[in-house]
Amino acid sequence: MPDLRLIARLDIKAPNLIKGVHLEGLRKIGNPAEYARRYYEAGIDEIIYMDIVATLYQRNNLGDILRDTTESVFIPITAGGGVRTLRDVETMMRCGADKVAINTAAVKRPQFIEEVATRFGSQCCVLSVEAKQSGASRWEAYTDNGREHTGLDVVEWVRRAAGLGAGEVLLTSVDREGTRKGFDVALTRAVAEAVSIPVIASGGMGSGEHLIEIVRDGHADAVAMADVLHYDRMPLAEIRELAAGAGLPVRSL
Amino acid sequence: MSREVVIVDYGVGNLRSVARAVSHCGAEPVLSSEPARIEGARHLILPGVGAFGSCVGALRSHGLLESVLKVIDSGRPVLGICVGMQMLLDVGEEFGEHAGLARIAGRVRAVPATGADGMPHKIPHVGWSAIRPAAMPWADTIFEGITPGSTCYFVHSFAAVPERPENTIAVCDYDGRTICAAINRGRLYGVQFHPEKSGPVGLRIFGNFLKMPVD
Repeated sequence: MPDLRLIARLDIKAPNLIKGVHLEGLRKIGNPAEYARRYYEAGIDEIIYMDIVATLYQRNNLGDILRDTTESVFIPITAGGGVRTLRDVETMMRCGADKVAINTAAVKRPQFIEEVATRFGSQCCVLSVEAKQSGASRWEAYTDNGREHTGLDVVEWVRRAAGLGAGEVLLTSVDREGTRKGFDVALTRAVAEAVSIPVIASGGMGSGEHLIEIVRDGHADAVAMADVLHYDRMPLAEIRELAAGAGLPVRSL
Repeated sequence: MSREVVIVDYGVGNLRSVARAVSHCGAEPVLSSEPARIEGARHLILPGVGAFGSCVGALRSHGLLESVLKVIDSGRPVLGICVGMQMLLDVGEEFGEHAGLARIAGRVRAVPATGADGMPHKIPHVGWSAIRPAAMPWADTIFEGITPGSTCYFVHSFAAVPERPENTIAVCDYDGRTICAAINRGRLYGVQFHPEKSGPVGLRIFGNFLKMPVD
Protein backbone atom coordinates (compact mmCIF):
# COMPACT_ATOMS: atom_id res chain seq x y z
CA MET A 1 0.00 0.00 0.00
CA PRO A 2 1.08 3.63 -0.34
CA ASP A 3 2.41 5.22 2.82
CA LEU A 4 -0.01 5.85 5.66
CA ARG A 5 -1.19 9.44 5.30
CA LEU A 6 -0.94 11.72 8.30
CA ILE A 7 -3.45 14.50 7.78
CA ALA A 8 -3.97 17.74 9.70
CA ARG A 9 -7.66 18.54 10.05
CA LEU A 10 -8.41 22.22 10.53
CA ASP A 11 -11.99 23.06 11.45
CA ILE A 12 -12.81 26.62 10.44
CA LYS A 13 -15.21 29.25 11.58
CA ALA A 14 -13.94 31.92 9.23
CA PRO A 15 -11.57 33.57 9.57
CA ASN A 16 -10.39 31.40 12.46
CA LEU A 17 -9.12 27.92 13.10
CA ILE A 18 -11.28 26.54 15.90
CA LYS A 19 -11.54 23.34 17.88
CA GLY A 20 -14.43 21.82 19.78
CA VAL A 21 -15.38 18.68 21.64
CA HIS A 22 -17.89 16.35 19.96
CA LEU A 23 -17.93 19.07 17.25
CA GLU A 24 -19.43 21.51 19.79
CA GLY A 25 -18.13 24.10 22.28
CA LEU A 26 -15.84 25.80 19.80
CA ARG A 27 -12.64 27.49 20.84
CA LYS A 28 -10.70 29.93 18.71
CA ILE A 29 -7.14 28.79 18.00
CA GLY A 30 -5.62 31.05 15.37
CA ASN A 31 -4.97 31.83 11.70
CA PRO A 32 -5.70 28.67 9.67
CA ALA A 33 -3.21 29.30 6.86
CA GLU A 34 -0.43 29.90 9.37
CA TYR A 35 -1.17 26.60 11.09
CA ALA A 36 -1.36 24.81 7.72
CA ARG A 37 2.01 26.27 6.74
CA ARG A 38 3.55 25.18 10.02
CA TYR A 39 2.25 21.61 9.54
CA TYR A 40 3.45 21.53 5.93
CA GLU A 41 6.93 22.57 7.00
CA ALA A 42 6.89 19.91 9.72
CA GLY A 43 6.07 17.26 7.10
CA ILE A 44 2.31 16.68 7.26
CA ASP A 45 1.05 14.68 4.25
CA GLU A 46 -2.26 16.47 3.61
CA ILE A 47 -4.50 19.23 4.92
CA ILE A 48 -8.27 19.09 5.44
CA TYR A 49 -10.20 22.33 5.90
CA MET A 50 -13.76 21.99 7.21
CA ASP A 51 -15.96 25.05 7.36
CA ILE A 52 -18.08 23.87 10.23
CA VAL A 53 -20.61 26.70 10.15
CA ALA A 54 -21.05 26.72 6.37
CA THR A 55 -24.19 24.60 6.29
CA LEU A 56 -25.73 26.76 8.98
CA TYR A 57 -24.97 30.00 7.12
CA GLN A 58 -25.72 28.43 3.71
CA ARG A 59 -22.31 29.32 2.37
CA ASN A 60 -18.73 28.33 2.61
CA ASN A 61 -16.04 30.81 3.57
CA LEU A 62 -12.91 28.87 2.73
CA GLY A 63 -11.95 30.68 -0.48
CA ASP A 64 -9.60 33.26 1.00
CA ILE A 65 -8.08 30.77 3.40
CA LEU A 66 -7.42 28.32 0.54
CA ARG A 67 -5.85 31.02 -1.63
CA ASP A 68 -3.65 32.14 1.22
CA THR A 69 -2.65 28.56 2.06
CA THR A 70 -1.76 27.47 -1.46
CA GLU A 71 0.70 30.35 -1.75
CA SER A 72 3.21 28.27 0.17
CA VAL A 73 1.76 24.83 0.92
CA PHE A 74 2.48 22.19 -1.73
CA ILE A 75 0.56 19.13 -0.57
CA PRO A 76 -3.02 17.95 -1.23
CA ILE A 77 -5.77 20.04 0.33
CA THR A 78 -9.36 18.96 0.90
CA ALA A 79 -12.09 21.55 1.49
CA GLY A 80 -15.44 20.70 3.04
CA GLY A 81 -18.46 22.27 4.63
CA GLY A 82 -21.47 23.59 2.76
CA VAL A 83 -20.43 22.20 -0.63
CA ARG A 84 -23.79 21.71 -2.33
CA THR A 85 -23.46 22.43 -6.05
CA LEU A 86 -21.04 21.70 -8.87
CA ARG A 87 -20.30 25.41 -8.89
CA ASP A 88 -19.25 25.21 -5.21
CA VAL A 89 -16.87 22.39 -6.11
CA GLU A 90 -15.42 24.41 -8.97
CA THR A 91 -14.96 27.45 -6.72
CA MET A 92 -13.08 25.37 -4.15
CA MET A 93 -10.83 23.90 -6.86
CA ARG A 94 -10.13 27.33 -8.34
CA CYS A 95 -9.10 28.56 -4.90
CA GLY A 96 -6.60 25.73 -4.69
CA ALA A 97 -8.44 22.73 -3.23
CA ASP A 98 -7.67 19.34 -4.76
CA LYS A 99 -10.64 17.53 -3.26
CA VAL A 100 -13.95 18.46 -1.70
CA ALA A 101 -15.59 16.73 1.24
CA ILE A 102 -19.37 16.39 0.95
CA ASN A 103 -21.83 15.43 3.67
CA THR A 104 -25.21 17.20 3.84
CA ALA A 105 -25.66 17.71 0.10
CA ALA A 106 -24.92 14.01 -0.54
CA VAL A 107 -27.34 12.88 2.15
CA LYS A 108 -30.09 15.07 0.66
CA ARG A 109 -29.37 13.94 -2.88
CA PRO A 110 -26.95 11.00 -3.28
CA GLN A 111 -26.78 11.61 -7.05
CA PHE A 112 -24.67 14.66 -6.23
CA ILE A 113 -21.77 12.30 -5.51
CA GLU A 114 -22.09 10.83 -8.98
CA GLU A 115 -22.26 14.28 -10.56
CA VAL A 116 -19.11 15.47 -8.77
CA ALA A 117 -17.24 12.26 -9.60
CA THR A 118 -18.25 12.41 -13.27
CA ARG A 119 -17.36 16.06 -13.70
CA PHE A 120 -14.22 16.30 -11.57
CA GLY A 121 -13.18 12.67 -11.09
CA SER A 122 -13.59 10.32 -8.13
CA GLN A 123 -10.19 11.39 -6.81
CA CYS A 124 -11.69 14.77 -5.95
CA CYS A 125 -14.87 13.48 -4.29
CA VAL A 126 -14.51 12.75 -0.57
CA LEU A 127 -17.59 11.57 1.30
CA SER A 128 -17.64 13.11 4.75
CA VAL A 129 -19.52 11.07 7.35
CA GLU A 130 -20.29 12.11 10.92
CA ALA A 131 -20.92 8.85 12.74
CA LYS A 132 -22.53 8.24 16.13
CA GLN A 133 -22.89 4.82 17.66
CA SER A 134 -26.55 3.79 17.72
CA GLY A 135 -26.26 0.23 18.99
CA ALA A 136 -23.90 -2.74 19.15
CA SER A 137 -21.74 -2.48 16.02
CA ARG A 138 -24.16 0.02 14.51
CA TRP A 139 -23.58 3.64 13.70
CA GLU A 140 -25.87 6.31 12.32
CA ALA A 141 -24.75 9.08 9.94
CA TYR A 142 -25.40 12.67 11.06
CA THR A 143 -25.13 16.08 9.46
CA ASP A 144 -24.66 19.61 10.81
CA ASN A 145 -21.79 18.71 13.14
CA GLY A 146 -23.49 15.71 14.64
CA ARG A 147 -26.77 17.46 15.34
CA GLU A 148 -29.12 16.22 12.63
CA HIS A 149 -30.17 12.58 12.26
CA THR A 150 -30.20 11.11 8.77
CA GLY A 151 -31.54 7.66 9.61
CA LEU A 152 -28.74 6.25 7.45
CA ASP A 153 -26.67 3.31 8.62
CA VAL A 154 -23.03 4.42 8.25
CA VAL A 155 -21.69 1.22 6.67
CA GLU A 156 -24.55 0.99 4.16
CA TRP A 157 -24.31 4.68 3.35
CA VAL A 158 -20.59 4.56 2.67
CA ARG A 159 -21.02 1.45 0.52
CA ARG A 160 -23.66 3.22 -1.54
CA ALA A 161 -21.60 6.39 -1.87
CA ALA A 162 -18.56 4.40 -3.01
CA GLY A 163 -20.75 2.83 -5.67
CA LEU A 164 -21.80 6.29 -6.82
CA GLY A 165 -18.18 7.34 -7.27
CA ALA A 166 -16.90 8.73 -3.96
CA GLY A 167 -13.11 8.35 -4.03
CA GLU A 168 -12.41 8.46 -0.29
CA VAL A 169 -14.31 8.61 2.95
CA LEU A 170 -13.54 10.99 5.80
CA LEU A 171 -15.03 9.12 8.73
CA THR A 172 -15.49 11.25 11.84
CA SER A 173 -16.58 9.66 15.07
CA VAL A 174 -18.69 12.31 16.77
CA ASP A 175 -18.53 10.24 19.96
CA ARG A 176 -14.73 10.45 20.06
CA GLU A 177 -14.16 13.85 18.42
CA GLY A 178 -12.14 16.17 20.63
CA THR A 179 -12.01 13.67 23.51
CA ARG A 180 -8.39 12.45 23.03
CA LYS A 181 -9.64 9.01 24.09
CA GLY A 182 -8.64 7.28 20.86
CA PHE A 183 -10.34 6.63 17.53
CA ASP A 184 -13.44 4.47 17.18
CA VAL A 185 -11.65 1.33 15.98
CA ALA A 186 -14.77 -0.82 15.48
CA LEU A 187 -16.45 1.88 13.36
CA THR A 188 -13.40 2.44 11.17
CA ARG A 189 -12.84 -1.26 10.70
CA ALA A 190 -16.48 -1.90 9.79
CA VAL A 191 -16.30 0.78 7.09
CA ALA A 192 -12.82 -0.18 5.81
CA GLU A 193 -13.95 -3.78 5.40
CA ALA A 194 -17.12 -2.75 3.54
CA VAL A 195 -15.53 -0.61 0.81
CA SER A 196 -12.39 -0.60 -1.29
CA ILE A 197 -11.91 3.20 -1.26
CA PRO A 198 -9.45 4.70 1.23
CA VAL A 199 -10.77 5.50 4.71
CA ILE A 200 -9.56 8.51 6.68
CA ALA A 201 -10.16 7.99 10.40
CA SER A 202 -10.99 11.18 12.28
CA GLY A 203 -11.82 12.01 15.86
CA GLY A 204 -10.17 11.08 19.12
CA MET A 205 -6.43 10.94 18.65
CA GLY A 206 -4.68 11.61 21.93
CA SER A 207 -1.53 9.53 21.70
CA GLY A 208 0.79 7.66 19.35
CA GLU A 209 -0.75 4.38 20.50
CA HIS A 210 -4.10 5.54 19.19
CA LEU A 211 -2.56 6.07 15.77
CA ILE A 212 -0.97 2.64 15.68
CA GLU A 213 -4.20 1.00 16.85
CA ILE A 214 -6.44 2.67 14.26
CA VAL A 215 -4.17 1.55 11.41
CA ARG A 216 -3.43 -1.97 12.65
CA ASP A 217 -6.84 -2.87 14.02
CA GLY A 218 -9.08 -0.28 12.36
CA HIS A 219 -7.48 -0.66 8.91
CA ALA A 220 -7.45 3.10 8.34
CA ASP A 221 -5.57 4.28 5.25
CA ALA A 222 -5.11 7.76 6.62
CA VAL A 223 -5.45 9.49 9.95
CA ALA A 224 -6.82 12.96 10.56
CA MET A 225 -5.38 14.79 13.56
CA ALA A 226 -6.57 18.05 15.04
CA ASP A 227 -6.39 18.61 18.78
CA VAL A 228 -3.08 16.75 19.16
CA LEU A 229 -1.45 19.09 16.62
CA HIS A 230 -3.26 22.37 17.31
CA TYR A 231 -2.44 22.29 21.02
CA ASP A 232 1.04 21.00 20.23
CA ARG A 233 0.55 17.99 22.46
CA MET A 234 2.97 15.94 20.34
CA PRO A 235 5.42 17.14 17.69
CA LEU A 236 4.64 15.70 14.26
CA ALA A 237 8.17 14.30 13.99
CA GLU A 238 7.56 12.27 17.13
CA ILE A 239 4.25 10.94 15.80
CA ARG A 240 5.97 9.92 12.57
CA GLU A 241 8.82 8.23 14.44
CA LEU A 242 6.42 6.31 16.65
CA ALA A 243 4.50 5.10 13.60
CA ALA A 244 7.68 4.09 11.78
CA GLY A 245 8.95 2.35 14.92
CA ALA A 246 5.75 0.30 15.00
CA GLY A 247 6.36 -0.80 11.43
CA LEU A 248 3.73 1.45 9.83
CA PRO A 249 4.79 2.74 6.41
CA VAL A 250 5.12 6.49 6.76
CA ARG A 251 6.61 8.87 4.22
CA SER A 252 10.33 9.40 4.54
CA LEU A 253 11.17 13.09 4.64
CA MET B 1 17.23 32.48 -20.29
CA SER B 2 13.53 33.27 -20.29
CA ARG B 3 11.89 32.58 -16.98
CA GLU B 4 8.41 32.40 -18.44
CA VAL B 5 6.58 29.09 -18.33
CA VAL B 6 3.35 28.48 -20.22
CA ILE B 7 0.79 26.23 -18.55
CA VAL B 8 -1.81 24.89 -20.98
CA ASP B 9 -5.24 25.95 -19.74
CA TYR B 10 -7.90 23.81 -21.40
CA GLY B 11 -10.45 23.83 -18.61
CA VAL B 12 -9.28 20.91 -16.48
CA GLY B 13 -7.60 20.61 -13.12
CA ASN B 14 -6.31 22.75 -10.32
CA LEU B 15 -3.95 25.00 -12.28
CA ARG B 16 -3.43 27.35 -9.38
CA SER B 17 -1.19 24.89 -7.56
CA VAL B 18 0.93 24.25 -10.65
CA ALA B 19 1.27 28.00 -11.22
CA ARG B 20 2.20 28.58 -7.56
CA ALA B 21 4.87 25.87 -7.72
CA VAL B 22 6.35 27.49 -10.84
CA SER B 23 6.51 30.92 -9.23
CA HIS B 24 7.92 29.41 -6.05
CA CYS B 25 10.81 28.22 -8.25
CA GLY B 26 11.42 31.77 -9.44
CA ALA B 27 9.75 31.60 -12.87
CA GLU B 28 6.70 33.37 -14.17
CA PRO B 29 3.71 31.10 -14.84
CA VAL B 30 1.44 32.05 -17.74
CA LEU B 31 -1.88 30.21 -17.97
CA SER B 32 -2.90 30.21 -21.59
CA SER B 33 -5.49 28.79 -23.93
CA GLU B 34 -4.18 30.72 -26.95
CA PRO B 35 -2.49 28.65 -29.65
CA ALA B 36 0.05 31.38 -30.49
CA ARG B 37 1.08 31.81 -26.87
CA ILE B 38 1.47 28.06 -26.41
CA GLU B 39 3.43 27.64 -29.63
CA GLY B 40 5.80 30.37 -28.49
CA ALA B 41 6.45 28.75 -25.11
CA ARG B 42 10.02 28.09 -24.16
CA HIS B 43 8.98 25.79 -21.33
CA LEU B 44 5.54 24.19 -21.51
CA ILE B 45 3.54 22.39 -18.82
CA LEU B 46 0.61 20.18 -19.81
CA PRO B 47 -1.59 19.40 -16.80
CA GLY B 48 -4.47 16.95 -16.84
CA VAL B 49 -7.08 15.60 -14.45
CA GLY B 50 -9.98 13.26 -15.09
CA ALA B 51 -10.43 10.65 -17.79
CA PHE B 52 -7.94 10.17 -20.62
CA GLY B 53 -10.48 10.53 -23.42
CA SER B 54 -12.12 13.64 -22.02
CA CYS B 55 -8.72 15.33 -21.52
CA VAL B 56 -7.62 14.65 -25.11
CA GLY B 57 -11.09 15.77 -26.24
CA ALA B 58 -10.88 19.00 -24.24
CA LEU B 59 -7.41 19.77 -25.60
CA ARG B 60 -8.74 19.24 -29.13
CA SER B 61 -11.97 21.20 -28.64
CA HIS B 62 -9.95 24.13 -27.30
CA GLY B 63 -7.97 23.95 -30.54
CA LEU B 64 -4.72 23.39 -28.65
CA LEU B 65 -3.70 19.87 -29.58
CA GLU B 66 -1.69 20.89 -32.64
CA SER B 67 -0.01 23.70 -30.71
CA VAL B 68 1.16 21.34 -27.97
CA LEU B 69 2.46 18.90 -30.57
CA LYS B 70 4.42 21.70 -32.26
CA VAL B 71 6.20 22.57 -29.02
CA ILE B 72 6.98 18.93 -28.28
CA ASP B 73 8.29 18.32 -31.80
CA SER B 74 10.49 21.43 -31.63
CA GLY B 75 12.45 19.72 -28.85
CA ARG B 76 11.74 22.42 -26.27
CA PRO B 77 11.21 21.25 -22.65
CA VAL B 78 7.67 19.98 -22.03
CA LEU B 79 6.34 18.48 -18.80
CA GLY B 80 3.07 16.52 -18.71
CA ILE B 81 1.48 16.00 -15.31
CA CYS B 82 -0.84 13.09 -14.38
CA VAL B 83 -3.28 12.70 -17.31
CA GLY B 84 -1.15 15.33 -19.08
CA MET B 85 1.60 12.70 -18.92
CA GLN B 86 -0.66 9.82 -19.94
CA MET B 87 -1.82 11.73 -23.04
CA LEU B 88 1.75 11.64 -24.41
CA LEU B 89 1.37 7.93 -25.15
CA ASP B 90 -0.33 6.32 -28.19
CA VAL B 91 -3.53 4.97 -26.68
CA GLY B 92 -5.51 5.24 -23.44
CA GLU B 93 -7.77 2.38 -22.34
CA GLU B 94 -9.93 4.35 -19.86
CA PHE B 95 -13.64 4.13 -20.82
CA GLY B 96 -12.83 2.54 -24.20
CA GLU B 97 -9.82 3.13 -26.41
CA HIS B 98 -8.80 6.70 -27.12
CA ALA B 99 -5.94 7.97 -29.26
CA GLY B 100 -3.30 9.98 -27.40
CA LEU B 101 -0.67 12.43 -28.63
CA ALA B 102 1.57 9.51 -29.59
CA ARG B 103 4.89 11.12 -28.69
CA ILE B 104 6.01 8.21 -26.48
CA ALA B 105 5.30 4.69 -27.77
CA GLY B 106 2.99 2.71 -25.52
CA ARG B 107 -0.42 2.50 -23.91
CA VAL B 108 -2.17 3.71 -20.78
CA ARG B 109 -3.67 0.77 -18.92
CA ALA B 110 -5.63 0.22 -15.71
CA VAL B 111 -3.47 -0.10 -12.60
CA PRO B 112 -3.48 -3.87 -11.82
CA ALA B 113 -6.45 -4.65 -9.55
CA THR B 114 -4.36 -6.88 -7.30
CA GLY B 115 -0.96 -6.73 -5.67
CA ALA B 116 1.82 -9.17 -6.56
CA ASP B 117 0.35 -11.58 -3.99
CA GLY B 118 -2.93 -11.74 -5.94
CA MET B 119 -4.86 -9.92 -3.22
CA PRO B 120 -7.13 -7.07 -4.35
CA HIS B 121 -5.82 -3.65 -3.39
CA LYS B 122 -7.29 -0.18 -3.38
CA ILE B 123 -7.96 1.57 -6.67
CA PRO B 124 -7.30 4.44 -7.24
CA HIS B 125 -3.73 4.33 -6.05
CA VAL B 126 -3.86 7.36 -3.73
CA GLY B 127 -1.09 8.65 -1.54
CA TRP B 128 2.64 9.03 -1.14
CA SER B 129 4.80 6.42 -2.84
CA ALA B 130 8.56 6.18 -3.16
CA ILE B 131 10.04 6.71 -6.62
CA ARG B 132 13.26 5.21 -7.95
CA PRO B 133 15.20 5.30 -11.23
CA ALA B 134 14.33 2.81 -13.96
CA ALA B 135 16.24 2.62 -17.24
CA MET B 136 18.84 5.26 -16.63
CA PRO B 137 20.41 7.33 -13.89
CA TRP B 138 18.78 10.64 -12.96
CA ALA B 139 21.75 12.95 -13.57
CA ASP B 140 20.91 15.73 -16.05
CA THR B 141 17.19 14.96 -15.91
CA ILE B 142 14.32 16.56 -13.99
CA PHE B 143 15.20 14.12 -11.17
CA GLU B 144 18.74 15.47 -10.80
CA GLY B 145 19.60 15.63 -7.09
CA ILE B 146 16.50 13.72 -5.95
CA THR B 147 17.32 10.84 -3.62
CA PRO B 148 15.91 7.53 -4.90
CA GLY B 149 13.22 6.48 -2.42
CA SER B 150 11.89 10.03 -2.10
CA THR B 151 8.10 10.07 -1.96
CA CYS B 152 5.67 11.81 -4.27
CA TYR B 153 1.89 12.20 -4.18
CA PHE B 154 -0.02 9.93 -6.57
CA VAL B 155 -3.70 9.72 -7.35
CA HIS B 156 -4.61 7.63 -10.40
CA SER B 157 -6.41 4.50 -11.60
CA PHE B 158 -4.58 4.19 -14.92
CA ALA B 159 -0.87 4.20 -15.64
CA ALA B 160 1.47 4.51 -18.61
CA VAL B 161 3.04 1.36 -20.03
CA PRO B 162 5.74 2.60 -22.43
CA GLU B 163 6.84 0.15 -25.12
CA ARG B 164 10.53 0.97 -24.88
CA PRO B 165 12.29 0.57 -21.54
CA GLU B 166 14.41 3.68 -22.12
CA ASN B 167 11.27 5.86 -22.02
CA THR B 168 10.57 4.96 -18.38
CA ILE B 169 12.73 7.16 -16.20
CA ALA B 170 11.14 6.55 -12.78
CA VAL B 171 8.94 3.87 -11.26
CA CYS B 172 7.12 3.29 -8.00
CA ASP B 173 5.92 0.14 -6.32
CA TYR B 174 2.28 -0.54 -5.50
CA ASP B 175 1.94 -3.75 -3.47
CA GLY B 176 4.64 -5.43 -5.51
CA ARG B 177 3.41 -4.08 -8.86
CA THR B 178 5.86 -1.79 -10.61
CA ILE B 179 4.11 1.32 -11.86
CA CYS B 180 5.54 3.84 -14.31
CA ALA B 181 6.02 7.09 -12.37
CA ALA B 182 7.74 9.17 -15.07
CA ILE B 183 8.50 9.03 -18.78
CA ASN B 184 11.10 10.77 -20.87
CA ARG B 185 12.28 11.26 -24.44
CA GLY B 186 14.76 14.05 -25.02
CA ARG B 187 13.40 17.12 -23.26
CA LEU B 188 9.89 15.71 -23.16
CA TYR B 189 8.95 14.56 -19.66
CA GLY B 190 5.80 13.23 -18.07
CA VAL B 191 5.14 12.48 -14.40
CA GLN B 192 2.25 10.37 -13.14
CA PHE B 193 2.40 11.91 -9.66
CA HIS B 194 1.61 15.54 -8.81
CA PRO B 195 4.88 17.43 -8.29
CA GLU B 196 2.86 20.51 -7.28
CA LYS B 197 1.51 18.46 -4.38
CA SER B 198 4.66 16.56 -3.47
CA GLY B 199 6.27 19.05 -1.10
CA PRO B 200 9.97 20.00 -1.46
CA VAL B 201 10.70 16.97 -3.69
CA GLY B 202 8.10 18.12 -6.21
CA LEU B 203 9.39 21.70 -6.12
CA ARG B 204 12.89 20.42 -6.85
CA ILE B 205 11.53 18.60 -9.93
CA PHE B 206 9.90 21.83 -11.16
CA GLY B 207 13.15 23.69 -10.50
CA ASN B 208 15.14 21.16 -12.55
CA PHE B 209 12.61 21.32 -15.38
CA LEU B 210 12.76 25.11 -15.47
CA LYS B 211 16.55 24.97 -15.70
CA MET B 212 16.45 22.80 -18.85
CA PRO B 213 18.00 24.60 -21.79
CA VAL B 214 15.61 25.50 -24.59
CA ASP B 215 18.09 25.16 -27.48
